[in-house]
Order: sequence, then C-alpha cells, then structure tokens
Amino acid sequence: MSAASNAGGSPHSPRWTLADLAEWDRRIRAKAKEFGLDCYPQEFELCDHTGMLGYMAYSGMPSHYPHWSYGKSYEKLKTLYDHGVSGLPYEMVINSNPAIAYLMRDNSLLLQVLTIAHVYAHNDFFKNNFTFKSTRAELTIEAFKAAAMRVRRYVEDPSIGVDQVERILDAAHALSWQCRRNLAIKKLTPAQQMARAEDSAQGQPDPFQKIHARKQIEAPDFHKVPLEPDEDLLLFIRDHNPFLADWEKDLLTIVDEEAKYFISMMETKIMNEGWASYWHKKILESLELDQGLHLEFIVNHNQVVRPIPGQINPYHLGLKIWEDIYRRFTSPTADEIKRDGPPVKSGAEKIFEVREVERDASFIRRYLTEDLVRELDIFEYEARGEELVVSKVADDDGWREVKATLIANVGTNSIPVMKVEDADFGRNRTLYLKHYHDGRDLHIEYAEKSLGYLQRLWGREVVLETVLDGKRSLLCCNDRGFSVRALK
Amino acid sequence: MPNGDTIFREYRISDAERSDRSAGDRLRHRQKVRESIRENIADIIAEESIIGKDKDRVIKVPLRGIKEYRFVFGDNAPGASQGNGDSRPGQVVGKTGKDRPGKGDEQAGDRPGVDYYETDVTLEELIEIMFEDLELPNLERRALREIQSDYSTRRKGYRKVGIRIRLDKRRTAKQRVMRMLASDKRIGAEAARAAEKSEESQAAAGVEGALDEIALEEGRLEQAEPAASTGAAFQRVHRRFPFHQDDLRYKHVEIDTKEESNAAVICIMDTSGSMDTMKKYLARSFFFLLYQFISTRYRNVEIVFIAHHTEASEVTEEEFFHKGESGGTFISSGYAKALEIIAARYHPSLWNLYAFHCSDGDNFDSDNPVALKHAEELAGICNLFGYGEIKPLGSRYYESSMLNVFRRIQAPNFHTVLIERKEDIWPSFRAFLAKDRVKEA
Repeated sequence: MSAASNAGGSPHSPRWTLADLAEWDRRIRAKAKEFGLDCYPQEFELCDHTGMLGYMAYSGMPSHYPHWSYGKSYEKLKTLYDHGVSGLPYEMVINSNPAIAYLMRDNSLLLQVLTIAHVYAHNDFFKNNFTFKSTRAELTIEAFKAAAMRVRRYVEDPSIGVDQVERILDAAHALSWQCRRNLAIKKLTPAQQMARAEDSAQGQPDPFQKIHARKQIEAPDFHKVPLEPDEDLLLFIRDHNPFLADWEKDLLTIVDEEAKYFISMMETKIMNEGWASYWHKKILESLELDQGLHLEFIVNHNQVVRPIPGQINPYHLGLKIWEDIYRRFTSPTADEIKRDGPPVKSGAEKIFEVREVERDASFIRRYLTEDLVRELDIFEYEARGEELVVSKVADDDGWREVKATLIANVGTNSIPVMKVEDADFGRNRTLYLKHYHDGRDLHIEYAEKSLGYLQRLWGREVVLETVLDGKRSLLCCNDRGFSVRALK
Repeated sequence: MPNGDTIFREYRISDAERSDRSAGDRLRHRQKVRESIRENIADIIAEESIIGKDKDRVIKVPLRGIKEYRFVFGDNAPGASQGNGDSRPGQVVGKTGKDRPGKGDEQAGDRPGVDYYETDVTLEELIEIMFEDLELPNLERRALREIQSDYSTRRKGYRKVGIRIRLDKRRTAKQRVMRMLASDKRIGAEAARAAEKSEESQAAAGVEGALDEIALEEGRLEQAEPAASTGAAFQRVHRRFPFHQDDLRYKHVEIDTKEESNAAVICIMDTSGSMDTMKKYLARSFFFLLYQFISTRYRNVEIVFIAHHTEASEVTEEEFFHKGESGGTFISSGYAKALEIIAARYHPSLWNLYAFHCSDGDNFDSDNPVALKHAEELAGICNLFGYGEIKPLGSRYYESSMLNVFRRIQAPNFHTVLIERKEDIWPSFRAFLAKDRVKEA
C-alpha cells in the first residue's frame, strides 16, 4: 500500500496549509468521479516520520494488539530509515470504511497531491475488487481495536500474563498464513460437507442401470475429522483441540482474522499498486498543473514506477499491465486484432471490469502478454550452489515458463499449501497434515520450527507429509523432538 | 463518490508524542534478544573468535529465539524478477541466503534470509550477560582479605549542623526567605517576589558575612538593626531580617570506603609434548572465562601464568598460550611453582586466590604422590582450586588420567572437570563455580 520506497526529499517546512490540501482534494475528487472511480469516504491524517514508522510496524492500524514482533519490526524499519537504506512511504492507506490514509507532513505540496490521487485509486480498489468483498470494511478499525483490548486484558490478567499470551501468539503467528486463500469461496459447514460426501459416493445417475451390474456404493466415513482437508489451520486447532482455554481460542481467532484481512492485500499487491499508479498519473495529468509542479510530478512518478533490476516492482509491473490492457482495447495493433479479434468493449470499460474480478495471479495470467514479458525482460532464476543464476529468459521457448514462475511467486502462491487431513491419525490424536507439493520443497529448518509451533498449539504429535528431493517424506514433531521419515 | 467532505486531520505534536506506541513492544523485543543471547551462550563461547580479544570488540551473535518462523519454500523454488533488458541464461544475479531478488515486498510469504537473525554486542556486554546469573562462591566471607582499595566521599543530603566549609549558601538563603515569608504576614506577595528574586543571588554572597553576625545575634532576633550585608532590595521593602541558626544548611558528606578484595588467578597449564593445539585451545578458553569472570567480581585482579612440563616457570600470557614445549610431565612442578609464587607475592590473608590447572592427565606415575600432596596444599590456601582434564573425545579410553588420583582429595573447594569438546567448556565452567567452599579460611 505504500506509494514509494523513496523518501520524499529533504525534510523542509511544508509550503502548504491544510486548506490547500482540502482544495486540491476537492479537485482530485471531482476528477476521480469524472473518471468513474467509486470510493468510500476518505479521511487523511498527517503524521511525522516516527508516526509513519509506527503505522508501518503495526500494518497501518490505529490500534493493534501488542507483541514483541512489532517492536522488532519497528526497530528494523527505523534502523533502515536512519541509515538511509530505505526511505519512508509517502502514504499508507488502510482498507476500511471510511478509508484512512496517513500523509507525511514533511512532504512537498506536489507529493501530497500525488499521494491523495493515489489514495483515491486504492480506495476505489478496496471498495470494488472481489477479494475485498469478504472483508467488512466498516468494521475494520473497530475489530482491530477490540482485538487489541482483549489481548491487553489477557496480558494484564494475573492468571495468564505476557509469557502465556506470547506462547500462543508466537505459535499462531508462525501458522497464520496457513489459511484459506480465496475468501470469496465459501467454506462449507461440516453438515454441508457431509451432504456433499454422500452425493459423490452415490455417483452419477446411470441411464443404463438396468443392464449394468449394480455399482457398489462405498459409504463415506462420516467419523473422519475433518471430512474434507482443511487449510484453516488456526481455526481447525481452535475447534478441535479440547484442551485450549477460552482465551487461547480467542487469540487464535484474532490472529486468524488479522491474517485473512491481509490475505486480500497480498493477493492484489501488483494490481492494486498498478491501479493506483495508473490513476494518480491520469488524474495529475488532467489537473493542469503549472510547470514547476508538473516537472516535480514527472520526477516523482518515475521514481515510483521505475523498474528495479533484480526485483519485481509491483508499481511498475502493475502500471505496465493496466496501460497495456487499456491500449489493446482502445487502439490495438493489426497483429493483435488478427490474434484476439477486434475489441468488444472500450478500454475504460475493460479496466474497470478487470479491477473488479481479478487478483494478481489471474491478472498476470490473463493480461501479461508475451510482448510485455519480453519488453520488461522478466527472467527466472534459481539457486545453483551459493549463487542465484538466471535459468530462463523471455525468449520463444522460455517466456511461458518465466510467466508461470512469476505467477507462482505472487500473492499467496509464495506460501506453501498445506491442509489438515486427519485429526486422529493412528487413533492417537496425531494431527496429520499434507503439504500439496508443487515442485518446490519446504525449507526444512523453517518447517521444523513451524511444526514445533503447531505441536505446541495442538498439544499432541503432529506429522506433515511432504516431498523432499523427490522422495515422499513424513516430518514428525512430538515430545521427543523432530524427525524425518521417508515414506514408501 | 461520497457526498460528505473528506476529513483532514491536522498533525498534532501531542499526538505524535503520545504515539510512541511501539515502546512496550520494543522493550519486550530487547528482552528477547538478551534472553536469546543467554540461551546460546555456550555456542558463542565455543566460537574461537571471542577468546582473548579486547573488550570493545563487537561480536556478531546469532539470535535463534527471536527469529519468526513460518512455512516457506526452500532453495529449490525458482523466482522471477526483472532484468535490465539483456538477461541471458547463466548470468549470476545474487547469492542464496542473502537478499534474494524478486521480492521487493516484505510481506508474508517471504523467503528465509530476509529476517535478520544476528545482533551486534560488545564483548563486555556479552560477558555481563554471561555472568549475570553466576555467583562467585565465597566472595564476601574474606574479611581479612579485603583491602581498602578506594577512599572516596559521596554527597548525601543536607543537615542542619556541620562544619563551615560545607555550608550550602544557596539553600541557607532559601531557608531564610521561607522563614521570613512564613513568619511575617506584613510582607505582601509582591514584596516577597521581589525579595526572592534579588535575594537568592545576593544573599548567597552575603551569607558568609551574615554568618558572623549570627553568633552575636542569637537570642536577640528582634533587634531591628539594618545590616549592610543583607542586600539593598530587601532593605527597601522591609526591616532587617537576619539569618538564624535554623536557616543554616550544610551539605552532608559520607565517607565511602570500598572494601575491595584482591584476587589472583593462577593459571597452570601443562605444556608437555602431549598437549596439542586442540587441547591448548580448550584450556585457553577455560582460562579466558575464568579470568573474565573474576575480573567482573573484583576490582583488582592479577593473573599469573605458569607453564610446566617436567619443570615449571612463570611465563607471559603470550608465551602461555602460544609457546610449544615438549617433554614429559611432572604436574607437581607446576603446583610447587604456584605455591612458591603465592608464598612470595600473594599472601592468602590478603588475596583471594583462584587456581586452575589444565592438563591432559598424562603424568609420570612416580610424580603422582607429590602432585597429590601439593594439590592438597593448594586447595588449603585457595578460595577455589580446580583441575581440568582435557581429553578430546575418545582419547580418555587409552590415556592415563589424573582424575582418579585427585579423587582422593577431600577438600570441598577442590573441583575437577573433564573437558572433551569445546561445547563442554561452558557447562564445566558453570559446574566449577557452582562448587561452594563451605569451610571458612
């Protein structure tokens, strides 16, 4: 959500007043409306650099529960900032209704204007993209605040205390991304799962059942827990570990809810930043800035959206794709018409449709064309010994694979998928998980520690089925420690 | 577009000051860092790099406890990123483990390696953390061995009586003003303010002179006699109001004697042919810890190095750790030398003595009875006497050992440890210090 990784110039006393900002805001809002952006009400808060570092450490939330990891994150951000390694973002926006954005008070007028335009595009995206539909924006702030209060209460409770709370939170944080990725897909209740299992056991109705031998119907095992593999790890533990206290269950719920809030952000990083960059550019170009401001705008805009060799700059990649979609639906080349047929809708219609129905993975899959992959010189790299070596580049043979690798690394695709298969493995209350291996092995040290956390929450042995170096393996974690067993 | 106006919230300093919200979490994080260092101290000690280095040296210490683990992909997961426009297969774009390209975003799902897991501490801090929960046995019971190492004075509060030289003029003047305001209602608020302003500066200068009067004036306070030394401003508003005995304030000074005890660490090492580099390294690490620890507990620490093979000599630190010797071993020679040095320079009634001997236990059999006798003597005069047998893993099965011989020593302040690997150093060191000497010297 940050607009840029570079600090906005030297800290100087701003040559603008709040009234100036309000005036520019009015003009920007008028433009945004004209272009068809549809936003929540917006609130801006001015803050200084310590305030901004604080918001960054706590993911932008005005109130957030305490945990040492945020202190660590703050120290890290501050160190990087103090040593000039990284600058501060121009702004932060949080997905809430009304949307809240923080502006750095030391920034110049142009940067504020640019940022305000950028914020409105984020705001529109939060309101309209399907991944955010399941987040209840009007409750965001309140939910975080209520969670913070509850956690503080547990910390202060003499029968619980900070060590106990951290014991759960540390473990929950380690597992929090192991949750449902696509929140638009409804999770079935156990009763619905049961009905579905029953349906599928009966199979398709056979029109020739009179002449076929009767098919053996195998009764589904309704005693199995879970009926279908479950990827909501924290919630599963909350619901199936009978030894957890209420406050422990509450902590798991809090961490899970927060993770789900951020899953949507992760899933749309490239689209969202590209969208915001696309519109701040368009809005500022239409504002008829005077020459000085316009030059400053060009410099800052290019700073934000420049390609960074050796990385993927989401601002750059996103903006390029959005511009390409608009161009292809407005003035396609002859080759493109030959390939895709003439456009059926206008460029504007198309981009608004895309911003509603896609997320990063599908956005890239559908709209990152071969030409763009080549133009942006996206390559694939892999580790060989100590070094990272380019393995495929955007040529005739390689571009599809390069694109596939890119997709495999955006959003939640960079998190291994694992699901609970059985909560009573070996009739021993062992938790059996399966890693859905897609060619990428787990980092074994991290897996060991994370399994340790899982065992802490589950209270019994946990095993994880995965593939290591092409061999099916079982990682076990119990009271005796961690071990790896090869499966047949 | 919403109909309502956008809200702009002004920056407020008070909010900014209040909003140091991360303070508590930062504190907790720092505690975790410290805890983590303490837990890994044995590994850090085992790293050779810290031995014998100066105290301000910064050491990188791995932090295990505070790394945030998640399920992530390992090294065989390819990544994608953007190039300059001329990327070719085979080009090297970075190093594994360090910042991997392809991840501009520090959100979750990050690869390992981005997380920082080292911190810098100085050797001094490290030593402090290390010894935080260790106590040197028998430290305070050495009344006779305490020497007044430091004589200093320390200010501590104020008194109404004292010697003239410690008079606090400013406070005395203030007292007088306070008494004046309290005693005389006729002085209005304004006069008081004027008085206070000029008084404090002038009176301080005038106190000295006024004091001489006090002796005379005691008991006849009411005598309204204008005094030249009490300041013009005051005279304007009021009659003379002299100092009284009760106004006088003296700085109170306490004599702060630090009964520092002296300690001598006597390091005895076997430098015979059988002590190879590895064994010497283990011995050295142990001596290093001992010296560092004792330095934290005594102000005045002297260290004596004795190297012995068949005969012993006192050597410098450099020679002690680096000089190779050869030949056979008479452990008794080292002890005899230690006893000789103690007799000559470190009388047990004045010095706390810590002796430690490292050897591989390969002594000439004929020397054992003498060694045993000397060891008992050493144990008798030292606060703590230790014998560390260094047997790199496995070798204890075929080499002779002094541990059996020394088992006969009954002294409670004698302690033997067996060091097989560098990981043993820290546990043995703790065990060595855990041995408290019951008997009072």
